[in-house]
Amino acid sequence: MMESRIISYEKAVNEAITQEMTRDDRVFVYGLDVADHKRIVGTTAGLVEKFGPNRCFSTPLSEDSSLGFGIGASATGLVPINIHIRVEFLLLTLNQLVNIGNSLRYGSNGKLSAPLVIIAMIGRGWGQGFQHSKSMQSIFAHIPGLKVIMPSTPYDMKGLMISAIRDNNIVVCLLHRWLYWTEGHVPELPYTIPIGQSRVLREGKDITVVATSWINVEAHDAANVLAKKGISMEIIDPRTISPLDDQTIINSVNKTGHCIIADYDWLNCGFSAEVAARVSNQCFNQLKKPASRIGFAWTPCPTTRPLENLFYPNAVTIIRETEKMLGLSKTDLSNEKFHTYENKFKGPF
Amino acid sequence: MPNLLLNLYKKMYLIREAEAEICREYPKDEMKTPMHMSMGEEAIAVGVLTAIGDKAQVWGTYRSHAIYLARTEDVNGFFAELYGKVTGPGGGKAGSMHLANPDKGVMMTSAVVATSIPLALGAAFSSKILDDDKINVVFFGDGATDEGAFWESVNMACLWQLPVIFVCEDNGLAIHASTAIRRGYKNLTNIMRQYRFQYIQEYDGTDVEKIHNITRSSIKYLESGPVFLSLKYYRYLEHVGVNEDFNSNYRDKNEFLEWYKKDPIKIQKQKLIEAGFKKEVEDVENEVMAQIKTAVDLAKAAPYPEPEELYKGVYDGE
Repeated sequence: MMESRIISYEKAVNEAITQEMTRDDRVFVYGLDVADHKRIVGTTAGLVEKFGPNRCFSTPLSEDSSLGFGIGASATGLVPINIHIRVEFLLLTLNQLVNIGNSLRYGSNGKLSAPLVIIAMIGRGWGQGFQHSKSMQSIFAHIPGLKVIMPSTPYDMKGLMISAIRDNNIVVCLLHRWLYWTEGHVPELPYTIPIGQSRVLREGKDITVVATSWINVEAHDAANVLAKKGISMEIIDPRTISPLDDQTIINSVNKTGHCIIADYDWLNCGFSAEVAARVSNQCFNQLKKPASRIGFAWTPCPTTRPLENLFYPNAVTIIRETEKMLGLSKTDLSNEKFHTYENKFKGPF
Repeated sequence: MPNLLLNLYKKMYLIREAEAEICREYPKDEMKTPMHMSMGEEAIAVGVLTAIGDKAQVWGTYRSHAIYLARTEDVNGFFAELYGKVTGPGGGKAGSMHLANPDKGVMMTSAVVATSIPLALGAAFSSKILDDDKINVVFFGDGATDEGAFWESVNMACLWQLPVIFVCEDNGLAIHASTAIRRGYKNLTNIMRQYRFQYIQEYDGTDVEKIHNITRSSIKYLESGPVFLSLKYYRYLEHVGVNEDFNSNYRDKNEFLEWYKKDPIKIQKQKLIEAGFKKEVEDVENEVMAQIKTAVDLAKAAPYPEPEELYKGVYDGE
């Protein structure tokens, strides 16, 4: 067992990048503001000082061409890490990702590869409104040639990030803003977690909750509340959206006979629909109820707090859906304490 | 020099005649790939790429027949790819619009305008960091100058002083729209001269020797930053397809006839004959025609990819 200590998710990102840059001098980091004083909430701290301005540099506000620059550099011998402080900015890069990057290898008959890592912050912040609030994993996972990871613990973060940097394909890493403060055991030495392996985050026997990114934290809270009623929830974190290890999910649903997919995204044509389809196809005879889905409200994300609270699903949403599926009475939640960021996070991001 | 002049002619003749063969064969519908023909621009591709030579790492567009043949002279692979055969450099998956052969210096060509420009910047950055001797050159049309990626890339290349050669193959048309109805500014050259790169404009985009020499003398500037070559030519055929379209009302055949007086192949041949190389020109032409015939025969005889090829090459490591 490797030496491990408790560090934050943010520190795990920084450590993975720093260790890989030390191991391989072809790795470099670039993007809007990666080298400014805030250093992408600390995740790029120390990189300019340690590796110099050729290996960590900020770019003009040119997301589209910056991503193309990364594809060109990755196809010719370097390993770029392109960081975006908001996933919405990746929409400006979709041409490069979906028209060029994903087909570079296919179109060159396997001669060129793009070992490019894209890191983007997703999800809820603090009154972030329509354009700083999304996740969009389904959009990227829809495209052959791209890989998509969404680690939800500091341990998974470091291991998957190192795998992403060593992977010879484009890997999109979607990291939830609130996860940056979470803490957990992380080995100090570099290690890898294979891309494309789901993880059983909590074992249970009555119901399977497939949760992505931050909603794993909410699912954990929900599981603790329901455990008091004797309900045993199994939580599966796919960790990798594409390629998806559906076998772990299928094994779990075949065991519990119940499945809720809690995706941190809109439902329509989304990852939750993909999982539901696979579960329905593979677990039809074991399912005691149809699989159900939880996700964002089918609206743009509102800014005002009371509506923002309704937009994002949380532990209570999962508890109510579980009660419905298992035919339980409504649990009195008035004395339960759930995750809150009211005292933790005052913005602006 | 005669070797060089003959070599320039040979490559241009190869491109012209390979495309003439496409024009003859295309109606049979065996080459099932949209053709964006290079006719008229041969001097630009051949002049620039011969000047750079084996160090050239080329990034292009859907109109890259000339670039592909000028850089690789791989006429067998060229026709195999157009016929969709497994012997093509892209195994038939790429076709005319995505002709590429990284082993032979043609890295990637794109059918979305301006989108290969930033890739050339990234490759130039690699060359700088890895200190290799590659020279990255990106070809695009004047239509690309309407695109955001063009302006972003020009800015980034100049900001970071990347050793990349921009080649604007300016035919004055984006599909069927002239620059006059696409630009809200007076003069691109005046704007480009504000950027920190070597900007060179040449109206004689059909004189291969001149383009060769301009390129040769501009390579030295790469030590201190990017080079931009703006070269004018006239697109002989329709935007996509193998036919003329002078009866479509967006342009006049007289324009073509004016440009055809200085057709790149014609003027280079004239120069060589006047210099006393009539025999050599004939030999080169015969050699090229035989090459093309062999290439087409080989391509037609070659197999299509097997069904399992569909899934190969999407991800590395599979």
